[in-house]
Amino acid sequence: MARLTRPRRALSTNPLKSSAPLGAAMAYLGIEGAVPLFHGAQGCTAFAMVHMVRHFKEAIPLQTTAMNEVSTILGGAEQIEEAIANIRKRAHPRFIGIASTALTETRGEDVPGELREILARRRDFGDLKVVYASTPDFEGALEDGWAAAVTAIVDALVPEADPAARPEPTQRQVNVLPSANVTPAEIEEIDHLIRAFGLTPIFLPDLSTALDGHLAEDWSGRSLGGTRLDAIPAMARSAATFAIGESMQGAARLLGARGGMPVQVFPALTGLRAVDGFVQALMALAGTADAPEAIRRDRARLQDAMLDAHFQIGGLRYAIAADPDLAYALSSALAGLGAEAVAVITSSGANPIVELIPAEEAVLGDLGDLEAGARKGCARLLISHAHGRHAAQALGLPLVRAGFPINDRLGAQDICRVGYRGTRAFLFEIANAVLSHPHDAARPEDFGAAPIEPEFEHDRPQTAPH
Amino acid sequence: MSDALKQTVQEAFNEPGCATNRAKPAEARKKGCARPLTPGAAAGGCAFDGAMITLQPIVDVAHLVHAPLACGGNSWDNRGSASSGPMLYKTGFTTDLTELDIVMGKGEKKLYAAIREIVQNHAPPAIFVYATCVTAMIGDDIAAVCKAATEAFGTPAIPVDVPGYAGSKNLGCKLAGEMMYRHVIGTVEPERTTECDINIIGDYNLNGELWQIKPLLDRLGIRILGSLSADARYRQVAMMHRARVTMLVCSHALIGLARKMEETWGIPFFEGSFYGISDTSQALRTMCRMLVERGAPADLIDRCEALIAEEEAGARAALAPYRPRVEGRRVLLYTGGHKSWSVVSALQELGIEVVGTSVRKATEADKARVVQIMGDETHMYENMAPKDMYATLKAAKADILMSGARSQFVALKARTPWIDVNQEKHEPYAGYMGMVDLVRAIDRSVNNPVWEEVRRPAPWEAARPATGLRLAATSQDPAPGPVNDPKDFEDC
Ligand code: SF4
Repeated sequence: MARLTRPRRALSTNPLKSSAPLGAAMAYLGIEGAVPLFHGAQGCTAFAMVHMVRHFKEAIPLQTTAMNEVSTILGGAEQIEEAIANIRKRAHPRFIGIASTALTETRGEDVPGELREILARRRDFGDLKVVYASTPDFEGALEDGWAAAVTAIVDALVPEADPAARPEPTQRQVNVLPSANVTPAEIEEIDHLIRAFGLTPIFLPDLSTALDGHLAEDWSGRSLGGTRLDAIPAMARSAATFAIGESMQGAARLLGARGGMPVQVFPALTGLRAVDGFVQALMALAGTADAPEAIRRDRARLQDAMLDAHFQIGGLRYAIAADPDLAYALSSALAGLGAEAVAVITSSGANPIVELIPAEEAVLGDLGDLEAGARKGCARLLISHAHGRHAAQALGLPLVRAGFPINDRLGAQDICRVGYRGTRAFLFEIANAVLSHPHDAARPEDFGAAPIEPEFEHDRPQTAPH
Repeated sequence: MSDALKQTVQEAFNEPGCATNRAKPAEARKKGCARPLTPGAAAGGCAFDGAMITLQPIVDVAHLVHAPLACGGNSWDNRGSASSGPMLYKTGFTTDLTELDIVMGKGEKKLYAAIREIVQNHAPPAIFVYATCVTAMIGDDIAAVCKAATEAFGTPAIPVDVPGYAGSKNLGCKLAGEMMYRHVIGTVEPERTTECDINIIGDYNLNGELWQIKPLLDRLGIRILGSLSADARYRQVAMMHRARVTMLVCSHALIGLARKMEETWGIPFFEGSFYGISDTSQALRTMCRMLVERGAPADLIDRCEALIAEEEAGARAALAPYRPRVEGRRVLLYTGGHKSWSVVSALQELGIEVVGTSVRKATEADKARVVQIMGDETHMYENMAPKDMYATLKAAKADILMSGARSQFVALKARTPWIDVNQEKHEPYAGYMGMVDLVRAIDRSVNNPVWEEVRRPAPWEAARPATGLRLAATSQDPAPGPVNDPKDFEDC
């Protein structure tokens, strides 16, 4: 169980973290007809947008209030109002999600108050839902910003159910709040699991229809899909709320309170034990003691995969750098097969799950720490987002890409490491990374053996086949 | 089978060096030790396979399989013998005969052309040409083609006339040794020899096992002159006749070759093993004694004892921390059977209980050793059907299976840790430090949390009593199919 350490130093070398506003923007993109709006200077928005464009390989409709020196000093209410008006005209969004940035937070504005005032005054904004989350860059990481945005959406759009007048909850409907590291393909897998038990999920947000990478019929300056806006208030009537990832605990509790329903947090859905727990909850909710044949088979296949992969993963020394929820999910699954995390680097101190990561310590650090920790711990594999490739190259180790951004590979949205099937794929991915690495082939020098006598060698050059 | 081949096979079985064989009456001896293969129940490799296993680790040679695609195409690059230099042995060469080649009788021409192409493109020290069932049947005279090619291209082309249907893998190993005796050994004279030159026969340097031993020999000033065929160069095979002593590693198949070399060149041989601490020491002792008998300086024996004392102490110290982690574990040992007792005694030293061992290829003397160590004959298995093995493991009468790859899935399907101790394994376990590596592997395997994970009842089973080992209703014992056939010897 990991003890969180925070190295005291001024410099961050090759940062691990992506900023909180970016996480918020990504969450907003999982809402139907959305345009996320950064309240800040233009550059922050451009960087965040490019980051997401490269990861998802999609146009990302991210807007900015374009704060300048004067508006920053005088307060940005006017900029916000103008931005909303302009976005409305150009993109006809149905939802605008605002995320603050370091700049506006440093100044310290009362954005919620001003926003209320704007919305009350501007009747023409009536067809639009506007949500604001406070996500200063200097606090937390991607997953924190994402969680803050989802909490803000729940707060703004899910009404408090009146216990007396409350209609019968829709017993087969379940709310699912995935954390920032859950990919579009993973949402599909969770959806498949839930529906297998005759339940209907509402995902908030839902990147599986927004950023799954599909070719739309039309150009739109808004999100391409996502949670339907009318489904959000309906979440108050679900039978239960599930959070996927500890970072979603707060949002889930708020939603549970709004609808007066039970809340269950699943810190991870990767690994046999974790998925079993989820399936158990689904069975309880569905009131069944049985599981469909397809699910049973998927579990049996995972067990077989675990046995096949344990030869590579058992005793595997690896280093991982990721946001807390993802670091926990992957490392706990690998620990189930006897892998040893020699270095765990994480991006946010806000998430208590860090303490449960199966390692001695988790460093709140950067990719420089990943490289140093991997070197010191004699790691044989690295797990991190794409920027870990430099550390991988320096150490001559394979890199398994996980997290955000993955900008040097295609199909980041298709990576699925949850559920029985996703875990199976993940274990094979790790085992294959180990197998594909030539590191393993023994050399005489490894054992201190003297080289063979030159006399024995054939004197003519041969073509080497490899 | 051609008469020449029949003759070769017959001779191979008449092996005075083999204790098992000597114990048989004359009539039975003639039949050899090849049991007739049972249609429908045999799945072991063929003689060609055995020849390949034995010779392929000669790393600078081009190994050319004269056959339709299957023989070479389905078998190349699948073994873990390692090279410290040339990689040509990993290239799969085959004449890839087509129907037309066969019908038109173009096999020999194609073979000749193939040899020429190899010489031109790769310039190897030699080319080994393997006969196979089809080419033997259509009567391609590979010996003649090799002779002509050798003369024409100036690179030795060596016929390995061991078609698959000649018999088992084990027979193929024997015949491969015979081919080397006839065509290669003694064809090159070394520039220099030393009083401490040895041959090692029967080691394949799987994942570098030879290199775990070599530093010990280096320190004693013992030089591996000849090798068949761990990390061997062609010239090393050709110079084998100049070594002082031959060590035969865990191999009955090549005993005939060792004996013939003794008869022809007066090189004495001994059988030894580098598995386990006491065996390694024993092998080194015997080797040094025999070298001294043949003229090496007498102090070699003292230096050997000093080395053994140091290495044994080092290995024991390195093993100590693992003892509490593996102590009391029950192992079922199912290997090719040679010298099972050497691994058994090594494991017992660590407090591991050996609940059973196979003695499939062990000699009577080896079996006696097993009884001596384990105290009871009931723990010895000649053959164990996969079904029985599965049942034994399922009943948790053993917590680890150590075997060759073929039984791997029997163990895994019974949710039992499995350690690879045969050819396909990925870690070398030879010598003193190899033993430490083996125990580390055992520790890593038995203490892996995956076993607890896969034995967990499924959520839909949770209501029922959790028996841990119980299988889901749908799964059944694996059928005793060909892949798991225990009659197939896993090495030579
Ligand atoms: S049995 Fe014959 S045909 Fe089959 S692989 Fe062996 S040599 Fe080739």
